[in-house]
Amino acid sequence: MTEAISKERPVSRREWLMSDRPQSRMQARLGRAYLVWSRFASNRLAVVGLCIIIALLLVAIFAGVLAPHSPVAGDLRNARLLPPSSEYLLGTDDQGRDILSRLIYGSRLTLYVVILVAIIAAPIGLLVGTISGYAGGWVDSVLMRITDIFLAFPKLILALAFVAALGPGIENAVIAIAITSWPPYARIARAETLTVRNSDYIAAVRLMGASPTRIVLRHIMPLCLSSLIVRVTLDMAGIILTAAGLGFLGLGAQPPLPEWGAMIASGRRFIMDQWWVAAAPGFAILIVSLGFNLLGDGLRDALDPRGNNQ
Amino acid sequence: MSSTEQQLESRRSGAWASSFLWATGRFILIGAVTFLGLLAVTFFIGRVIPIDPALAIVGDRAPAHVVERVREEYGLNLPIYQQFLIYIKDALQGNFGNSVLTTNPVMTDIRRVFPATMELATFGTLLGALFGVPLGVLAAVKRGSIIDQIVRIIGLVGYSVPIFWLGLLALLVFYAKLGWTSGPGRIDVVYEYTFTPITGFYLLDAILQGNWEAFRNIFSFIILPASLLGYFSLAYISRMTRSFMLNELEQEYIVAARAKGLSETRIIWGHALRNAAVPLVTVIALSYAGLLEGSVLTETVFSWPGLGLYITNSLQNADMNAVLGGTIIIGTVFVAINLLSDVLYRALDPRTRPR
Repeated sequence: MTEAISKERPVSRREWLMSDRPQSRMQARLGRAYLVWSRFASNRLAVVGLCIIIALLLVAIFAGVLAPHSPVAGDLRNARLLPPSSEYLLGTDDQGRDILSRLIYGSRLTLYVVILVAIIAAPIGLLVGTISGYAGGWVDSVLMRITDIFLAFPKLILALAFVAALGPGIENAVIAIAITSWPPYARIARAETLTVRNSDYIAAVRLMGASPTRIVLRHIMPLCLSSLIVRVTLDMAGIILTAAGLGFLGLGAQPPLPEWGAMIASGRRFIMDQWWVAAAPGFAILIVSLGFNLLGDGLRDALDPRGNNQ
Repeated sequence: MSSTEQQLESRRSGAWASSFLWATGRFILIGAVTFLGLLAVTFFIGRVIPIDPALAIVGDRAPAHVVERVREEYGLNLPIYQQFLIYIKDALQGNFGNSVLTTNPVMTDIRRVFPATMELATFGTLLGALFGVPLGVLAAVKRGSIIDQIVRIIGLVGYSVPIFWLGLLALLVFYAKLGWTSGPGRIDVVYEYTFTPITGFYLLDAILQGNWEAFRNIFSFIILPASLLGYFSLAYISRMTRSFMLNELEQEYIVAARAKGLSETRIIWGHALRNAAVPLVTVIALSYAGLLEGSVLTETVFSWPGLGLYITNSLQNADMNAVLGGTIIIGTVFVAINLLSDVLYRALDPRTRPR
């Protein structure tokens, strides 16, 4: 039947993607992706956010090519605290280092923190949430109580205390932020698990003799991913701000690493006269976390059209 | 968030659960468990992460018998669960040990600096609510218009900007360049001897004493950090107000009110906002708790002598007793406000009242 139709009139690519009777799994998946993408692309601010994040990735990858000067070694004799000029586009800091180059290399540290926190915190939350939701009973109660307790803590203060005990450094900052940011993911994963737990396909898998581990890992976790990704993207901005805050207090990346928060801290002494030293890294933080916020908002609206699209 | 889910849970759990007494007991229980969790985490940070807490106190060059004496004195030779029990007992009595930096008991220090933080956070929340609620209402009523877009961007920037950086720029512009406000600090040295704090809330103290000159001076100091914190709570409050209002404006009673011929002003401010006010109270309470936490960075930038600055100064000097004491206090207030906003929600929303 369908073959007959397609012989009469070649289908356009859009029709092939939008088909409500996909011929293959790949067509179904591509069609789905196309739908999400067209919803996402219709939100202009979300596309701006995506562009910012892609730009951040490119800058981080090609930092060695893009940076005009060294990020750590400066010209102490001739180039201390210079205002922006054609030689140093964003000026230089108190060590005679080019601020633009430091910003460019700093993007790597920002990405490093964000990605590591996501890699540590999201799986913890996913695991706790799916186990809690699938097991139910006292396991659920205990795990959710613990999650609630962590959720009720002030995140920044707790991260501060953790880093104070572990010692300053970018790895410890990552650990501290990850420890304080998994609870929302656990809640989301649990809510998603509860909605699919009693569905027919789970019952079918169970009848086929799948172990609870297999059910949770192979059949429940993949379904939690999309809402989890949205939430992680939305949290990225908060993670960047917390990391920058720790850096500002001298608890994050240590000198001479060009971490943006630490750069603001070192520019603080010169804020009255050489304001560009502190202004530039703060602006970079603002742009990047704005990008993540816009992207997260857009993803939420695109992946979950039922939700309140604000 | 957690509050709404807890509420649904308690609603589901049947009629007998709806008695007010039971609900109160439940809140106290949740509060106690969370507080215990807070203590467990700070205990873990202070006693378990350092390899040898005794060495952390006396330093690694101390002779062996000194280390041994300290270990006994602080009960560090006891099994870990006994140490934790002692820790809980001490914390309940408000004993967090002595600060290495000031040599005072940590609790005495905190009592001294906490009003400054409260004053700043309160002022900030007031500003945030004062401007955030009308902006949110306006954005909801004129949905999709230029105003809505502007409110959205104000909110997004508020979510994305590093607070300490904005504080530095604000100091640069309003203090150094324009000279409109005072710089870092809380009050001019000139008033150190003529102005005596009573409550620790300087603005209130100045009013109580009728010292208007001091009031003006204090105001010129607090306005910058408070506006900064206010901006952050504005970002959150306006966004939530907008979504609550959109929700209310879709309801049928609004259509009924329109059909009755009520003025649009009356419908929006008298009917829709009044119904949105119940969840808004929760939001404002939560943003207040957020500002208490956010004060750590703001106080550092503005040299505001509050708990946040106390914690960061202690951090710089590896004064763990002070850091953890401050963490417990802010955490406790945070947890308490969370629970209180839950109770308030129940008290204000007639649907959750026991029948």
